[in-house]
Amino acid sequence: MYLDHAATTTIRPEAVDAMARAFSIANGNASGTHAVARAAKNELEQAREIVAELLGADRADEIVFTSGGTESDNLAVVGAALAHDGTHVVISTIEHKAVTEAAHALERFGYRVDAAGCDAAGVVAPDAVVDATTDDTAVVSVMAANNEVGTRQPIVQIVEVVKERRPRALVHTDAVQAYVGGQIAVGELGVDLATFAAHKFGGPKGVGILYVRSGTRLDPLLRGGGQEAGRRSGTSNVPGVVGTAAAMQAVERTREAFARIVGEERDIFETVLSEELDITVTAATADRMPHFSHVRIHGVNAETLLIRMDRAGVFAAAGSACQSGAIEPSHVLTAMGMDAAAASECVRFTFGWDTGVGDGRKAAEQVVDIVRGTA
Amino acid sequence: MRALVAMSGGVDSSVAAALMIDQGYEVVGVTLKQWEGADGQMPVAGCCTLSDAEDARRVAAVLGVPYYVLDYVDEFTKAVVEPFGQGYLSGLTPNPCIECNRNVRFNALLDRVHELDCDVLVTGHHARVERIGDEYRLRKGADAGKDQSYVLHMLGQEALSRVVLPVGELMKSDVRAYAADLGFRNAKKPDSQDICFVTSGDYRDFLRARLPEAVAPGDIVDVDGNVVGAHDGTAGFTIGQRRGIGVAAREPRFVIDIQPAEQRITIGRYGDLLVDAFDAVDMRFTNQPVESGTKVEVKVRYRSQPVAATVDDLGDRWRFTFAAPQPRPAPGQAVVMYDGEYVLGGGTIVAKLPQQVAS
Repeated sequence: MYLDHAATTTIRPEAVDAMARAFSIANGNASGTHAVARAAKNELEQAREIVAELLGADRADEIVFTSGGTESDNLAVVGAALAHDGTHVVISTIEHKAVTEAAHALERFGYRVDAAGCDAAGVVAPDAVVDATTDDTAVVSVMAANNEVGTRQPIVQIVEVVKERRPRALVHTDAVQAYVGGQIAVGELGVDLATFAAHKFGGPKGVGILYVRSGTRLDPLLRGGGQEAGRRSGTSNVPGVVGTAAAMQAVERTREAFARIVGEERDIFETVLSEELDITVTAATADRMPHFSHVRIHGVNAETLLIRMDRAGVFAAAGSACQSGAIEPSHVLTAMGMDAAAASECVRFTFGWDTGVGDGRKAAEQVVDIVRGTA
Repeated sequence: MRALVAMSGGVDSSVAAALMIDQGYEVVGVTLKQWEGADGQMPVAGCCTLSDAEDARRVAAVLGVPYYVLDYVDEFTKAVVEPFGQGYLSGLTPNPCIECNRNVRFNALLDRVHELDCDVLVTGHHARVERIGDEYRLRKGADAGKDQSYVLHMLGQEALSRVVLPVGELMKSDVRAYAADLGFRNAKKPDSQDICFVTSGDYRDFLRARLPEAVAPGDIVDVDGNVVGAHDGTAGFTIGQRRGIGVAAREPRFVIDIQPAEQRITIGRYGDLLVDAFDAVDMRFTNQPVESGTKVEVKVRYRSQPVAATVDDLGDRWRFTFAAPQPRPAPGQAVVMYDGEYVLGGGTIVAKLPQQVAS
């Protein structure tokens, strides 16, 4: 049973079909002048319009296609900071490494970076963010929902207080995990920049989205032929982008059912687990996304459990994997004040769009059996 | 039957995994991540690098077995890296690979054998475990030139009963040939000589970076106490060292004493280096403790020929008396006792020498 949908989720058949179609009818280089190029360009721009509308952007050209969430985060944090007069960046202590590492890379160019902390549920308070800013702050980047424990962040309020105190600062949010967990309307969020990754919502790997509010200046990271209005050079990945738009349409079409089914299955999963095992659900009372279940199973080493589950065909995750695949102590759990011993007993189970009724109980029973085998 | 195979990414442990499959075992491959750079990633140079883990992962994939990297950075840092630095600061010549085997690797892996429902632990060491009746014996590898029994001397009966060393029966050339037959990408990879956390290849760089106090200039003196030179830190020296002392003399000079408290290195002639006995602590035995008065052969370094010695249990330490004077062993290194082909046990050589042979 696949319970690692936050790592990547099952591709939507609609995306596969759309991509297959695009490979045959829109495989041209969208930058050219002839009919083959125009066909590709047409598909690309249609996809951009679909994505813009579904994300609640005002204009299609606020959507920049990139190679993935990591590139979008880097372009947002580094590109916006370099184009800004300020030399200070504020992030949070629970960001994805794509944001953290991008921000710290700016230190080499004389920028300073501060990180706002979170509470025990993994929520970053708006006051903590605004208190970390200065008059010199160029970019504030706080994720919309955390990728390890699944807590949503108060982005609307963060934007409000930051824009009030530091009107010149740009606000970016990494919404890579949040998009599946609930509708995101970038216009209403009020952010200047927002990151999305196609493979997290049933699209292909290798496609990212960066929403860039009109008028926001960006220094491109990739320079060349000037595609994506000069913000991201490189031959357009038309089939990938087309698949992304199709996946996004599928997400929006099934959003209500997804939230209901996955939420119920997640709750059943946690109920059964807690009846059978000594567990603590992380951030249980916080505003969590419906497909996330991050639990500590007391007395059970997560690293060993993952291997045992792997053998039994139950696929989950813990912490974040480094290049070698070793599980590293989680900086998110540390930021939440959890000690290393507790953190080493935490496993992340994440459900997806193809999770069906009954899967929550089935998953929990399998996990219980595997854990019991440990004793 | 299930086998947990400790895979380093080298050719020996890769072939060990293949041999276990040949014997009908279900295999699980693991690599212990023991060290990381400041960026939290595995080292890119030295031993146990990221590319070694990738080699292991590829071999596991070719063999069709699951493979995992397990994080032991904290345990390794506390049990091996920190004592390594402190050992050099106090005039010792630590052997981190032995410390790792004694205090991290085998404990960790044997725990995992249990937790992962495996029956045996497999490594790629060139040594053999033989069962004779109810007794397990640790024997030198069949390829005398590659024998690694020295680094396994700490394994007792409990560990030996669960450890399988399949390449110990093979010549290294056969191991490489089998790896090539199987199409392993590491078939021709050179043997690793490096300490996994010393990425530059020179432990002194590591000490300088981590322990600034290791760089403290001092005197080099002869056996009569005359100052004959200067050095930039006692941690850069090892007992018995001949090269790189930096003092010109007509005949070879050797480091015969290291006194970190005085920042002093004493050098002398070969004769000054000779002793007729030394002491060791933290003795471990493959089976019953060796009785006082037993004549054994000892190795005091990984790459040295065994020499005859008599063992005595002094209570808080063990004394080894050579049959004929030998160069002084370096404190911090391991002494390993052999009865012919078989390992009896070993311990850590300590600094205080009982007596010295007149030069």
